[in-house]
Parts: sequence; structure tokens; C-alpha cells
Amino acid sequence: MAKNKQKAKNRGDAPALGFVGFLRWIWTQLTSMPTALFLLLMLAVAAVPGSIFPQRSVNPELVTQYLDQHPVAGPWLDRFQMFEVYSSAWFSAIYILLFISLVGCITPRIKKHAKALRTPPPRTPAKLERLPQYHSMEVMEDQPDTPTDDQLIDDAYKILKKRGYRVERRDDATGRSVSAERGYTREIGNLLFHISLLGILATAGLGQAYGYGGQRVVVEGETFVNSLVSYDSFSPGSNFSADNLQGYSVKLDKFDILFDRDSKDYFGQPLDFTAHVQVRENPDAEPVKQELKVNHPLRIDGADVYLVGNGYAPVVTVRDGEGNVSYSGPLVSVPQDSVYTSLMVIKVPDAKPEQLGFQGFLLPTALVGEDNVAFSGDPNAINPQLQLNSYYGDLGLNSGEPQNVYVLDTEKMTELNSRNLDAGGIVLGAGDTYELPDNLGSITFDDLKRYIALDVNYDPGKWPIAIFSGLALLGLIISMFTPRRRVWVKLKNEDGRRSIEYALLARGEDPRLERESDELQKIFDKAWPLASQEQDLGAVNG
Amino acid sequence: MGSNAALEPINETLGVYSQLFMLLAAMVYMVVFIFFALDLAKTNKSISEMDAAALKEDEKLLVSAGAVARPGRGRRGEDSRADNVGEHIVTDKMEYTKLSSSRKMARIAVVLMCLATALHGFAVFARAFAANRVPWGNMYEFMSTGALVVSVVYLVALFFKDLRFMGSFISGLVTLMLCGATIGFPTPVGHLVPALQSPWIVIHVSIAVFASALFAISFAMNVLQLMQHARMKRIAEGQPDKMPFMRVVPGAGALENFAYRLNTIGFAMWTFTVIAGAIWAEAAWGRYWGWDPKEVWSFVIWVVYAGYLHARATGGWTGPRSAWLSIIGFLCVVFNFTIVNIFFNGLHSYAGV
Ligand code: HEM
Repeated sequence: MAKNKQKAKNRGDAPALGFVGFLRWIWTQLTSMPTALFLLLMLAVAAVPGSIFPQRSVNPELVTQYLDQHPVAGPWLDRFQMFEVYSSAWFSAIYILLFISLVGCITPRIKKHAKALRTPPPRTPAKLERLPQYHSMEVMEDQPDTPTDDQLIDDAYKILKKRGYRVERRDDATGRSVSAERGYTREIGNLLFHISLLGILATAGLGQAYGYGGQRVVVEGETFVNSLVSYDSFSPGSNFSADNLQGYSVKLDKFDILFDRDSKDYFGQPLDFTAHVQVRENPDAEPVKQELKVNHPLRIDGADVYLVGNGYAPVVTVRDGEGNVSYSGPLVSVPQDSVYTSLMVIKVPDAKPEQLGFQGFLLPTALVGEDNVAFSGDPNAINPQLQLNSYYGDLGLNSGEPQNVYVLDTEKMTELNSRNLDAGGIVLGAGDTYELPDNLGSITFDDLKRYIALDVNYDPGKWPIAIFSGLALLGLIISMFTPRRRVWVKLKNEDGRRSIEYALLARGEDPRLERESDELQKIFDKAWPLASQEQDLGAVNG
Repeated sequence: MGSNAALEPINETLGVYSQLFMLLAAMVYMVVFIFFALDLAKTNKSISEMDAAALKEDEKLLVSAGAVARPGRGRRGEDSRADNVGEHIVTDKMEYTKLSSSRKMARIAVVLMCLATALHGFAVFARAFAANRVPWGNMYEFMSTGALVVSVVYLVALFFKDLRFMGSFISGLVTLMLCGATIGFPTPVGHLVPALQSPWIVIHVSIAVFASALFAISFAMNVLQLMQHARMKRIAEGQPDKMPFMRVVPGAGALENFAYRLNTIGFAMWTFTVIAGAIWAEAAWGRYWGWDPKEVWSFVIWVVYAGYLHARATGGWTGPRSAWLSIIGFLCVVFNFTIVNIFFNGLHSYAGV
């Protein structure tokens, strides 16, 4: 240990200062520019896997599918949190370190700049002619309104002040002069930008904690009431409480889709989705008619309702073998293609003596192809038809395991109707009824409705984030496009010949310094009677 | 609300004309590329000749002036021609000079480029009028309109700065983009799908295209900067100049500074693009940020360029190192625009592919 100490001392740059010193050393490293740069580049690299591998937060089903397809690599990727990159330990570590570095970086800069704001512009250098933008002008003394020294200094002071410089009169051994500086807002803009980044990070977390999101499918004629039980799926933030649910309701009167009928190339492509709804802000309020469209959510009392999907909901009635109605109502079908060929599954657990199940397709406009297979020729319901297979037996609903409503588990069921059987498949036009074989019941295709899929989202962090983002952009623009410059204007008196010198100095990148210099020249020319502009040192000899 | 406007019928004839003019423009750009390339090739030859002539002239001057020492170089005085040997024909301020105005091939190239851009502009506007909407709703349109922006930005910049040294890069890029659009993503004129019917498409996409065009130009400058850097190093070591055509290119430092200025503007625009995208995503998908592949890559681009800006302010990271960051940044832009649009499926996948 003692030896190490000795060594460190000899090296000089990293003296062993014990634990506190070590921490301070870490802190200095962490808040240095190279570290910030390194962490930024790490952050960029670390974000990439999230675009390559499916993410649980975006689409959990794709992750399950990926794990099925990659039995070896999948679990390893999962171990390294490749399916939840943006909440993973390593991604979090990088951005947390980066933001700690950021805090450590901007705190001293704020202090420093606060001081700079109270410090007058720097003294006038003794030899202005050494600066890159230097000019010298002689005052014409024989004019009636030749300004005095005081006037010249006053004028220079006013001119520079008007151009946004902070100015200070100087009177020292080298003569009388005005020193000026501008561009203090550059650092302010930069600090505003970095602080706003902190704000974005903080409010993003808070918004998620107190918000909620949910999905719900609503068939024409149905009403969605905002309460926990009405959601098909619901994901609350960690600090969410059910009391936060605003008690509004949305009734879907009608859903319209406009398809392209003019274009040869895009025939049948949807052009417009409009849901005609009635909204009640709370249970006692009057319903208000509104239109819900893609890109135009309903904004109700802080929560937003988005139109994210749609499809057909055939209304069917199933009677069981005992002649009782065991199911009646709309069923959500899942569109598979652009002409809305839709997959549908009917589960009838109440049917007696046997439970019944159906699966097949809805064809909105049924046509028969050359190969005698029916297909849908149009997304609109011109000739709707159900093409179903039927099953009887055990639906497997009693096992208690959650089941996908769009998948029929036929393991413990017997096929009753299908192409492969003598009975054939079930084909139902609108209003048709089909009697199942073996007196097991019947099915009727009563009506066809449309449904919409809604996303409901409440995120109280949205506005703060928007404000911080705006401030970040503002700070960025201010800092990037505010030049920092210094100007000195000096009086010279040699043998009764008075001249004015001025010089400009850029602090940092400043491609327009020369233009500013020309601008000042013009203003001085106008303000004072000047004899000559001896800018070019080389010309003096000639 | 946009939906009513979208219902106006498509003008298919105008759409066909648009496609025709797009092809014509692509062909002219190809010729422009050839002329710019000829300019570089010719520069190789004529510069050596010019150097020889200048040396001879100098000798004559010296003889006539007798033993009088050459006058010191005044700030704006006439330099001896021979002083330019090994220097750049384009000044570090990239202004037009007497020497640079003698490049005939480059002048033809610029005239032809104006023609190509006019044809190209007609094609893009015809498509916009045919569809009654902004001409950036699918890959074909992103690419062809983006190419137009690159070309126009370049031509406008040519008024102020002698950027002809980048002509072959720009015309090559534009040709490539037009060919990519017409061969890779041929798309007849059509209406926008509902997801794209929003005022945000005007703001978000146009600024994104603009920022990308700026990134493209500074990318080219950074590549040239690295080449110039390597060349100067070789010359300093006393090795022969293998790329004399690089003398129509400004010095590495000037390129770096100019690229930096473009990149700062590009970065501010990209920041705006990401914010506008988030606002649009909030209105369309119910969340402002969801790590969709396109969002991931926009974020990556943003962070890489933030890294680049930091690098410029970090000791030891200016020069070639920061140039590499800018190059990587632009490669990410290209990746985001091509691979992510085509192969990564996410919510942005309706780009007409
Ligand atoms: C969250 C991560 C960060 C991001 C995205 C970021 C981004 C940026 C950007 C875009 C600029 C250039 C714009 C401007 O001048 O205002 C900048 C400048 C700057 N950043 Fe950061 N920054 C981050 C973290 C940090 C950290 C941790 C430090 C300190 C170690 C730092 C120190 C600086 C400094 C000193 C400048 C001024 C450079 C100059 O004068 O050009 N930043 N930053």
C-alpha cells in the first residue's frame, strides 16, 4: 500500500487521496467531455438491437413467436434483455450515467456563466492591430462638426450597445477605448438545451407512472364506458389508481369506410375511416355527436381515444340440440387481407347436450372462383357469406387457463361440418339458417355490423414533455446561431492627428465576423467625418 | 381535415407525364455526372500544364526585375502564379477565382444540371398536382422529391460558393436516387392512406428531407476532408501527389468547418423532425414515442450527430475523428431511409413497399 502511494506521488498526475479523493477523481472523469462523448456513442449503439429484435413493450406476441422459432439463441437473447432493450439494465445504465454526467457538467457551467454575466467585457488589448479583424480610420479635423474625444467615445459606446453588445468605457495607460462583448445568450441557450433534456427524461418517467393505456373493441350500436371492466386489455402505470379513470362513455352509432373506386391501380384501397360516435363526458352529461378518425382522436377530459383498427362483426344466433338459443349477438372477426376476408371463431359453451364450436371465414362479397373455391371480391359487404366448419365436444374452457377468443382449441372436439366430411362445410348467406347434422342445433346469420378497435391512453407527462422538447429546440437554436464576439474601439492621438482603431475577435466558430466588421465600418463612416480608411497595412508603404 | 381534398380524382395523364419527365431528368443528371467527372479528370492534366506554365512565367518576371528581391506578398496583392503550385484552386472560402473559372467542363455540367433540375422539378410538381397533395407519401415520392431537394440546395449554394468540386458526388447521388425510385419502387400516383392524411406530413416529412439533404452534402465534404487530409500528409512527407484533382477541392480544415456549419443546421432540423414526428405519433397512434424501428433509428441518428457536435468541442476529437462521426451519421440516415423502410416492419411500413 505504502509502495503504491509512493508510486502515485511520483507520477504526479493521480495522487492517491484516499477514498474521497478517489470518488472525486471518478466524478471528474465522469463529467469530462470525452466521457460524455463516449456515453453518447454508447447510447446510439445500445439503441440498435431494439430495432432488430421484437420488443415485449411493442408486440409481446412477436417475442413469443421469435422464442419458438429460435429455441437456442432466443433464451440467450432473453437473458441479455434483448427483447426489452429500452428498460434493460445495460441501456438504463448508459443513459443514467450520461445524465449524471450531464448534471455534473452543467452545474459548474451555470455557476461560471452566472459570474460571467456580472463581469464587464475584457480590457482593451494594447496592440489591436494584431487581431484578425483590424481597421484604422483617421478623423478629419477641418470639418465644422468634428467630434471631440468624448463624443467619439460616447458614440462608439452607443453604437455598440445598440448592436447588442455589452459595453464598457476604458481609460488606461494605452489610451481611451470602449470594449464590448456580445453572445452571452449562446451559453444560456446551450444550458437551456441540456437542462431541457433532463426535463424530458424526468417527465417521461412520471407520465408513464401515473398514466394508463387500454384497448377495447366496440361494435356498431355498442357503448364503451370508461371503467376497468370494460377494457379488453388494460395496462396501468405503477402509480395508477382506478379512481383516475374519467367516467366518460363512447357509443358507436355507425362506422364508414370510403374505398377508392376510381383508381385502376389502387382500387379498393381505403381512403377514409370515420366513426360516428356519441360522447358523454360523464354519466350525467348530454351525449354529443362527434366524428372519430385516424389522426383525429377524441380528446376527453385528459384521456384520448384513438381509432386503431376495424373489421366486420357478423351477428349470429346459435340454437342447441334442445332448441334453446345458446348464443346470439355480434362476433368480432379478424380481417386477413385488403378485401376483408375475415377469420372468425364462435364458441358456444352453453349449448346442450354438447358444447359447440365454429371456425371459418366471413367473405364480405362472396364470389366463386374457377377452382370452385369461394373468395371475397370486395371489401364492402355486397354479398356477405359465412364459410364455417363446426365441431362438438369439449371447448376446454373449464381448465381455467386463459384462452385466446380468436382460436378454437379442437383437441377434445369432433368435427361435424367440413369440406372433408359428407355433411360438407356450412355456407350461410345473409338471413340463412343451417341445421347442424345429428340434431345438434342450428346456426343463423342474422346481420352484419362493423366494429372499431379503440386505444385509450392517458399520459399526464405529455404536456411537460412537449414543453421541454420545445425549450430544448429553442435552446439549441439560440446556442447554435448566436455568435460570440468581442469588439474594441480605441482612440489614438499621434502629433495632433487623431485616428480611431477598431478590432473584432470571434470566440469560437464565426463565419460572419468579417461581415460584422464591414457593417460596423459603414456605421462609423456615417457617424463620423473620417478622412481615410487605412485598412491595408501593405498600402502604407506605397 | 384533409379527407375531402383526398377525394378529388387523380389526374392519371399528368401522372404519366410526371413519370416520363422523371426518367428524362435522370438521364440528364447522368450526363451531368459525366461532365463533372471529366472536369476532375481534365483538372488532373491541365493543372500540371498550368503549373509548368506558371513556373516559366515566374522565371521571366525574375529576369526582368533583375536582382531586385520579389516584393513581399501583400494581403490582396497579385501573388506570383508559381506560389499556387501545390495549393488549392478553390480558396478556403470557396469563392470563384480567375483560376477556377477556366473549368469549361464544370461550366457545361452546371448548365446541364440546371436543365435536369427543371425537368425534375416539373416531374415532382406534376405528380403533386396529379394527386392533389404533397408529393411525399411513399418511397418513390420520398426518393424523387428528396433528390430534387438535394439538387436545388446544391444549385442555390453554387450561387454563393464554388462547390463544383462536389458536382460529381451530388449528381451521382441524385441519379442514384432517381434510378432507385423508378426501378426499385415504381408507384403509380394515388391518394394517401388515412394514416398519412394529416397536416403533419407536410411539416414532419419536408423538414426530414431537408435535414437529410444537408447531411448528404456535409457527408460528401467530410469524405473529401479525409481524402484531402491523407493527401496533404503524403505531400508533407515528400511523396508525389497522386490525386492532383483534389486541388479543385478546398483544404481539409475549410471543408471541416463548412461541413460543421451545415451539420449544425441539419441537426437543428433533425431535432425538429423528431419532435414533430412525436407529436404526429401521439395524434395517430396514441403515444408520442414507442420505439418503433423508425423511431429507434431516428433517435440513433440524432444521438450520433449530437456526438459529432460534442466531438467538435472535445480536445483531440476534431479533424478526421469528428469527420468519421458525421460520415457514420449519414450512413445511419441512409440506413433509416432504405433498410428500415423496406425490411423492418413497424408502424411506418406503409411507405408504399
Ligand atoms: C444527454 C446527453 C447529451 C446530449 C444529447 C447533448 C447534446 C449536445 C448538443 C446537441 C450540443 C450542441 C448544441 C449546443 O451547442 O447547444 C451540445 C453541446 C455541448 N454539450 Fe452536450 N449533450 C449531452 C450531454 C452532455 C454532457 C454530459 C456534457 C458534459 C460533460 C455536455 C457538454 C456540452 C458542452 C460543453 C457543449 C458545448 C460545446 C460547444 O461549445 O460547441 N453535454 N450537447
